[in-house]
Amino acid sequence: MTDTATATVPPAPEAKPALPGVQVDPANGKPSLRRFLGDAANLFKGMGVTFRYIRKPSRVVTREYPENRDTLKFPERFRGQVIMPHDENGDHTCTACTLCEKACPNGSISILTTKNIASKRVLGAFVYRLSSCTLCNLCIEACPFDAIHMGPGFEMATYSRDPLDLILNKKEGR
Amino acid sequence: MKAYAVNHPIGDIVRSLLPAPWAAIANGALAVAVIAGLVTVSAIFLIWLERKVCAHFQARLGPTRVGPFGLLQPIADAIKLLMKENLRPRGVDNLAYFMAPLLPITGSFLVLAVMPFDHNLQVVDLQAGVVYVVAVSGLGILGILIGGWGSNNKYSLLGSMRSGAQLFSYELSMVLCLLLIVMASGSASLREIVLSQQGTVADWWIFKLPVAGFLAFFLFMISSTAELNRGPLDLSEAESELTGGFHTEYTGISFSMFFLAEFVNMFASAGLGATFFLGGFLAPQFGIGPVDYALAAVPGVIWFFLKTYFLIFLYMWFRWTFPRLRIDHLLSLEWKFLLPVSMANLLLAATLVTFKLIIP
Repeated sequence: MTDTATATVPPAPEAKPALPGVQVDPANGKPSLRRFLGDAANLFKGMGVTFRYIRKPSRVVTREYPENRDTLKFPERFRGQVIMPHDENGDHTCTACTLCEKACPNGSISILTTKNIASKRVLGAFVYRLSSCTLCNLCIEACPFDAIHMGPGFEMATYSRDPLDLILNKKEGR
Repeated sequence: MKAYAVNHPIGDIVRSLLPAPWAAIANGALAVAVIAGLVTVSAIFLIWLERKVCAHFQARLGPTRVGPFGLLQPIADAIKLLMKENLRPRGVDNLAYFMAPLLPITGSFLVLAVMPFDHNLQVVDLQAGVVYVVAVSGLGILGILIGGWGSNNKYSLLGSMRSGAQLFSYELSMVLCLLLIVMASGSASLREIVLSQQGTVADWWIFKLPVAGFLAFFLFMISSTAELNRGPLDLSEAESELTGGFHTEYTGISFSMFFLAEFVNMFASAGLGATFFLGGFLAPQFGIGPVDYALAAVPGVIWFFLKTYFLIFLYMWFRWTFPRLRIDHLLSLEWKFLLPVSMANLLLAATLVTFKLIIP
């Protein structure tokens, strides 16, 4: 039945090929001089925009990287390598809950725990393997204590794999 | 066709040193060397300029590393292209494939030979200079067509046929615009056309013919953009559709000849625009005594290059601002819009010339 139903639909009227640049008025389908002139004016508007760019070199967005290394500005949500912020006493907020380790799809994080004097389970070493990390941000989202962040580090090239195995915490425990 | 020598001091020195036939040969060789140098240097400079200007239109910096302001970047590019192997794909037509890259650059080289750079700085001034210019600029089309045919590649063939259609079409309205100026100035010699624009800025053909002059300039800019295969009318390359069009199969020096020709063509075409519409090598005069005197003291060749580079900047501005046209839109733009308008414009100019309505 659907075949006959579609067959009875009259074909859409063949659109008359308009002259290039001659815009058709959507209301009555006739060429509209006003729209044509408006579009022609738009071309000059575009030229004005590009000329503003060339007139003001301060708007250039290029950053000349190796020279401006000391003054690099990073966007708020930039995803560099994972860091663990430490406060002025050298303390971090990690509780060794291992949620980040479980969230990591690559197994890049290993939480090695230890016991403190009160025989409480605390963080021994936050092992972070940069070599297998894809900077996917899942560990940061999993962390309930805001203990790890995406840092600005992006210069990750090394001559061997050893420097890519990092321990993020500076001291054991909490 | 009468070709008369243009006397330049260097030519006179050569003529005084050597007997007649040898002096002509020596002067010819000097002229060829100068034009060849101009072609090379301007192409290299234009490649740099294009990259810089397009970068700044897009709020980027462009080449900055190689040399001061990246000025040596095109030289590095050229060395890289020269060192590459000149591949010959299987099944190509040897003669067509290797001759094609030479033709476009030959065409623009020959156009520069009649270009009046200054009062006495012109290789040869032909009485039918405009006819000659139109004829030799056709070599570029030939190069593209046989390059696409000889490459034995469907994309090359499609691209070259497309651009052949485009170039043949747009040549019509470009020639009509040039014809208008020939009619108004009463001469087909490029030097005479420049000299017919003597006086103030208002005597340049773009302003001297009311309405028709500016319209002709406008149409000339559009159709020469198409002739140059530059965006927004760069349908023959069409990287996104045809993987580069006619020069898909070319590498190394063959490719760089096409690439170079594109830029030399732009220089030649902008030079023609400056000669026909903006007074060529004549200094702009505003009718204010001291200002005119100061402007006229600058050599004409500098004015020629300033005007030419102004037009080149316009070409670059178009290219990096406007979106590209589709091939059928492109052709109907020419046949249904530009050609009728330029014919009507020719008629208008003929009326103006007949009834002496040219602004004095």
